[in-house]
Amino acid sequence: MNGHHAMPAGDRPGIGPPLWLLAELTYRCPLQCPYCSNPLDFAQTQQELTTEEWVRVLRQGREMGAAQLGFSGGEPLVRQDLAELIAEARQLGYYTNLITSGLGLTEAKVNAFRDAGLDHIQVSFQASDPELNNAVAGSRKAFDHKLAMARAVKEAGYPMVLNFVIHRHNIHQMEDIISLCERLGADYVELATCQYYGWAFENREGLMPSKAQLEKAEAEVNAYRERLTASGSAMKLIFVTPDYYEERLKACMNGWGSLFLTVAPDGTALPCHSARLLPIEFPNVRESSLHSIWYDSPGFNHYRGDSWMPEPCRSCDEKDKDFGGCRCQAYLLTGNADNADPVCSKSPHHDRILAARKAADHATAGLEELTYRNADNSRLFFRG
Amino acid sequence: MGISMEQIPRLRPGFRFQWEPAQNAHVLLYPEGMVRLNGSAGAVLKEVDGQRNVADIVALLEQQFPDAGSLLEDVSDFLKDAEQQHWIVFT
Repeated sequence: MNGHHAMPAGDRPGIGPPLWLLAELTYRCPLQCPYCSNPLDFAQTQQELTTEEWVRVLRQGREMGAAQLGFSGGEPLVRQDLAELIAEARQLGYYTNLITSGLGLTEAKVNAFRDAGLDHIQVSFQASDPELNNAVAGSRKAFDHKLAMARAVKEAGYPMVLNFVIHRHNIHQMEDIISLCERLGADYVELATCQYYGWAFENREGLMPSKAQLEKAEAEVNAYRERLTASGSAMKLIFVTPDYYEERLKACMNGWGSLFLTVAPDGTALPCHSARLLPIEFPNVRESSLHSIWYDSPGFNHYRGDSWMPEPCRSCDEKDKDFGGCRCQAYLLTGNADNADPVCSKSPHHDRILAARKAADHATAGLEELTYRNADNSRLFFRG
Repeated sequence: MGISMEQIPRLRPGFRFQWEPAQNAHVLLYPEGMVRLNGSAGAVLKEVDGQRNVADIVALLEQQFPDAGSLLEDVSDFLKDAEQQHWIVFT
């Protein structure tokens, strides 16, 4: 017996249910990380969904089969109704994940959320030392508070995932980062190299590690992992490499409208949290039910299946494995979201990836030259 | 290393086992992850409650599936695998 099973069928032939629901409760955030995946013009967003509207979304999602629920943002803790939403979600049967910077968290909240039924808290860090962490986060007190909150999360009995976004300014800290996680008693450590969307795309030259940096980091992670396995530790290291150094494509979101459904703070429903940047009209949960959004809306059907694919994807024998890669990346790098993701070496636009790699070998920009994610900078993007 | 009949398995903290009608299967949920279980894996994990030992679980399953013959080996193999995957721990 090995326990696994093929994925299930949904209400329509060929379309499975949205098993993952990501609730981006707000774009408000006390931090200013220059790789934030929120839209550049987030400050333009009006009118967050109300508590009642979120409850309706949660109920509809659960009814359709969603089992994993992420509360994210922005910083979800700025929502005063978070405990109420957690309680509702848990009672509906979701596995509830809180994805937080830790800012705004207190021991009392950690315990109150546990009593409300929260299953897991993921705390993100920016580096293994206070100086670099706080410089990246754009916040002077962030690091000490994150440490305190990670300890409180552990103390309260939650499984603990610590997340570090990795880029050229902290990639040399791999061993220190993992050893910090070990001391904090993490169950999972996500070492997620920046993916270049949103603010990270804007800052790509200042964030992307060189190939040499990446290989060194990967070797360090592998060596650490072996030590952990040898010592019988259950701490799991998940190292996400940037796909800019791949020749083959990631199966982005496991396919468009296949498993994931994101609801943005204003109720816009998206097949992934970056898709908002695409020139496609997406439905809003204020106007339609999640069921009709998932199965029937033009936005969610836009890139389902493979009939939309141009060459070289159309005749490629890997198209069922990688779905042509990422639509957002194709759009950002080629101006047309229908194109093959340029990460693929068969893409006629692969030279853009090669150019980015070359730039990363020679980049010199310091942290202070990055564009930080805050409301003032955001306004520049929509005022033009 | 084998598993002794007196050992008591329980789900690893933070793991949840539940029936999902939309998937017509039992699933194991954990931080940002989900495993859809096949019928036999679901049947074993259903009896893992942190109280019953391996012998109890085998006996219960043999009662539920009288035509299956001895289930000791299948159940032990699965529990060993589940432990290696860090889904369960033994106390």
